[in-house]
Amino acid sequence: MLKTEGLHYQYEGTESTLAFPDLRLDRGKELLLLGASGTGKTTLLHLVAGMRTPTSGKVELAGAPFSSLATAERDRTRGRHMGIVFQTTHFVRSLKVGENLALARSLAGCPPDDDTVMGLLEDLGLAHKLNARVDALSVGEQQRVSIARAVVHGPGLILADEPTSALDDQNTDAVLALLRRQAERTGAALLIVTHDQRLKDRMSDRVELNPTA
Amino acid sequence: MKAARLARRNVLHRPLETGLSVLLLAFGVGIISLMLLMQRSLTEDLDRNIKDIDLVLGAKGSPLQLILANVYHVDVPTGNIPLAEARKVMRHPYISEAIPLAYGDNYELFRIVGTEPSYPAHYEAELAEGKPFEAPFEVVIGSEVATATGLSIGDTFYSAHGLTDGTDVHRDKSYTVVGKYARTGSVIDQLLLTPIESVWGVHEDVEDADEEITAVLLKKKNPLAILTLPNLLRDTPMQVALPAIEMNRLTQQFGIGLQTLRAVALLIMGLSFVSVFIALFASLRDRRYELALLRTMGAPPRRLFSLVLFEGLWMTLAGIVAGLLLSRLGVVILGQVLSDRFHYNVTQLAPVAGEFVLVAAALLVGAIAAGIPARSALRIDISNTLGQGR
Repeated sequence: MLKTEGLHYQYEGTESTLAFPDLRLDRGKELLLLGASGTGKTTLLHLVAGMRTPTSGKVELAGAPFSSLATAERDRTRGRHMGIVFQTTHFVRSLKVGENLALARSLAGCPPDDDTVMGLLEDLGLAHKLNARVDALSVGEQQRVSIARAVVHGPGLILADEPTSALDDQNTDAVLALLRRQAERTGAALLIVTHDQRLKDRMSDRVELNPTA
Repeated sequence: MKAARLARRNVLHRPLETGLSVLLLAFGVGIISLMLLMQRSLTEDLDRNIKDIDLVLGAKGSPLQLILANVYHVDVPTGNIPLAEARKVMRHPYISEAIPLAYGDNYELFRIVGTEPSYPAHYEAELAEGKPFEAPFEVVIGSEVATATGLSIGDTFYSAHGLTDGTDVHRDKSYTVVGKYARTGSVIDQLLLTPIESVWGVHEDVEDADEEITAVLLKKKNPLAILTLPNLLRDTPMQVALPAIEMNRLTQQFGIGLQTLRAVALLIMGLSFVSVFIALFASLRDRRYELALLRTMGAPPRRLFSLVLFEGLWMTLAGIVAGLLLSRLGVVILGQVLSDRFHYNVTQLAPVAGEFVLVAAALLVGAIAAGIPARSALRIDISNTLGQGR
């Protein structure tokens, strides 16, 4: 599903270049990207997601070039094939919970499907929040809704940025289980980026990022 | 979800910021559209009532007052003139038609005008009921008079002295309604017409000077009439005034006030666009995460541009619609006031040509005011916006 080769990134106005290990992730598989802060793990996630263009190297998605696509085309491809859970949750505030999920489907080019939206919310124990304002959700609910939004269009690749860093052990397990269950449901690949050492014991496939000199 | 629909939701989600812009625009559009509507009513009305009257002969005094009193029947007359003297002008070879008017009385504040059949004929007034006035103290009433007073054929009434109040009623001679005109849209609708002799008859006991009239409406046969007649009248108590010129002068004096009002309205509109601009920019800063998020979910930059543009257009559209409704409400209220005070009907709600220009211009400027913030939405760096740390 995902393949990266020789990814390098140099921030504008800086001398040092971040070099990243090659990644390979197949459908139905999961990968943990572990690194302390300053190792460029969010940068790598954004490179994988096509939100940044690598200085050199390339990203392939489902066997096709991705990082070399033009911006608009990359946006559309990302929307269709990826679901991203960001570290901080953001929503379209003018829309209700259910509408935020429907919007994600619509932007990904999927036909409207109330049953999928409702089924997903039920699965996350949020069925009663379908018509709630996103501002009215608790932090935990917001995170669960943002996970729902990342999978509602059945993406082939789910990216999660620090999904557990703010959670206690119990909730860390719950969120990880949730991400895994959703990935399994659609047969998606799951890539988690974190500095949270607790996940190390819970995921077997992992890549550690080392601080650059 | 279409960008236009999401834009509408976003606009409705910020009612205060949106509301201020919409309110300002509504007032700007409203004032200008109200002015356009009133201007149409007034010019149509003024022109309809001048209707080929080239000159008005009357007592010396303010020429504008002479016109207002005798063509539009809204001001008091400048005085009376002897019929014998007036005849000299009426029979002048440069004059093709002369309609004498004599008045001084009212019925429930509607003016009773002594005249000849040529007067209603000039305004193409047709009888809806009854017969034309012939004998003294027979009156034919205008359509507004009939509606307002409830007078109908066969009714008799006493006139009240002067034009403005009903306290001093002539009890000796009563008028009889013999006919009613169909609506003409001209001053005839507001008048009670009777032979001149009736007016003389009522005032026989008050003034001994016989056969005086108030004014004569003149049509010229020869353009030289305009130059010749003033000289002819120099040593008489009479003057001629030109309705077209006097009304032009009046609307020009109006014009300064209207221009000021228009400038204020344009200023308000300008402010409203600045406000749309600021509201969008502020909301963009506030929502940069949201917009970046839309990008990550598959919306290309172009789509964010149209989203913000649509938000501006929705606000503009709401302001325009509210403004046009506001101006019509204004016309209805003003029309009520004017028809109560002056028996003038200005309530016309159909769009004026100028309003289409106004709407098009407002949409265009609204699009420009929204376009600049929309362009900045194109340049959002989604990685920097959503990423925290590297």
